[in-house]
Amino acid sequence: MIAMSTRHILLGLLASGPSHGYDLKRRHDERFPQARPLAYGQVYTTLQRLVRDGLAEVDGTDSDGGPERTMYRATGEGTHELSRWAAEIAPPAPFVTNEIFAKVVVSILSGGDPAAYLSAQRAAHMERMRELTAVKAAKGADLATVLSADYALNHLDADLRWMSTTAARLTTLTAEVDAV
Amino acid sequence: MSRPVPLLSASGLTKAHGRTPALRGASVELHEGEILAVTGASGSGKSTLLHCLAGIVRPDEGSVTYDGQRLTDLPEKRLSELRRTEFGVVFQFGQLIPELTALDNVALPLLLAGTDRAGARARAGEWLERFGVRGQQDLRPGELSGGQAQRTALARALVTGPKVVFADEPTGALDSLSGEQVMTALVHTARESGTSVLLITHDAQVAAYADREVQLRDGAVTPLGVTA
Repeated sequence: MIAMSTRHILLGLLASGPSHGYDLKRRHDERFPQARPLAYGQVYTTLQRLVRDGLAEVDGTDSDGGPERTMYRATGEGTHELSRWAAEIAPPAPFVTNEIFAKVVVSILSGGDPAAYLSAQRAAHMERMRELTAVKAAKGADLATVLSADYALNHLDADLRWMSTTAARLTTLTAEVDAV
Repeated sequence: MSRPVPLLSASGLTKAHGRTPALRGASVELHEGEILAVTGASGSGKSTLLHCLAGIVRPDEGSVTYDGQRLTDLPEKRLSELRRTEFGVVFQFGQLIPELTALDNVALPLLLAGTDRAGARARAGEWLERFGVRGQQDLRPGELSGGQAQRTALARALVTGPKVVFADEPTGALDSLSGEQVMTALVHTARESGTSVLLITHDAQVAAYADREVQLRDGAVTPLGVTA
């Protein structure tokens, strides 16, 4: 999966108005519940870079009864950059090797048991798919949660379909790899 | 701790269609309140297994036990009664009766069980409401969308309060969003009522709604995570 651009995600969250780092982190984790939570350090570093590049600027401070926090807002240039990025086509992954594929080939090369590996991997994928399905089918699940679970489910399902086909092809595949 | 007795179990089922074997010693257990997915490639024997478990066809060998009764030993009349009162079945194409409205399709199992017409129609309406198709209750199956027809078929399968619902590729003819609505309706209802569900599917995303999965391969159940 292509890594998400944290700077553009933060610009996107700033689109609804000025905000401080703590709030941006909280909103990010809510909007992308299946993604890895943002570290505070990463949020502040990214905000400083956005300011350095003229895409965001400091908009005073806010204490709201607690510690004083620096507020940020997107600049016109930042808003323009966000629009450009959001419309940009993400290139399909140029290389399709991944760990599962590599393990199957290595297992064949080394005289291992790729069928056993595929079967166990399939069970692990299904377990994760059950967890994600329970999250998205829960009553009251919000749209961000459903979309995020859908995205992960469809990718896991693609892996699963590849694993099923590979399991069915294993006899032929083994003969081909052995012949090289 | 000993494992609870399954509500429904099959042991060593074999079944051939003519000379073609469909099941070769299949064994499976379904527990009370459990949602079990049976997956496998086309021709692996999934639907034949469902038909044997639901008492629709008799296996050539092996036994099916439901709630302490060996279905394979029961006379047809008793089997028929069990299917009507304890089991609900949903197929890929809902198999609603085309001449009846959605409401009358759902009311039919209640009428067959002896409920009066007004009572049957009232309860059928409640189930259609629950599955979001009350507004289409006077339409005939041909006038319903695929998703509406399948949710009507679900309502028909559940209206008698069965202990087990057998669902054979219930989303197989639907687009992904309609399929999701059908599965969500089925799973929520089953969870609330404690109904067991045996779900036949070739689709991993549908199987992921279940608590557990067993795979059929060449007419026998393959333990997951273990090489066949």
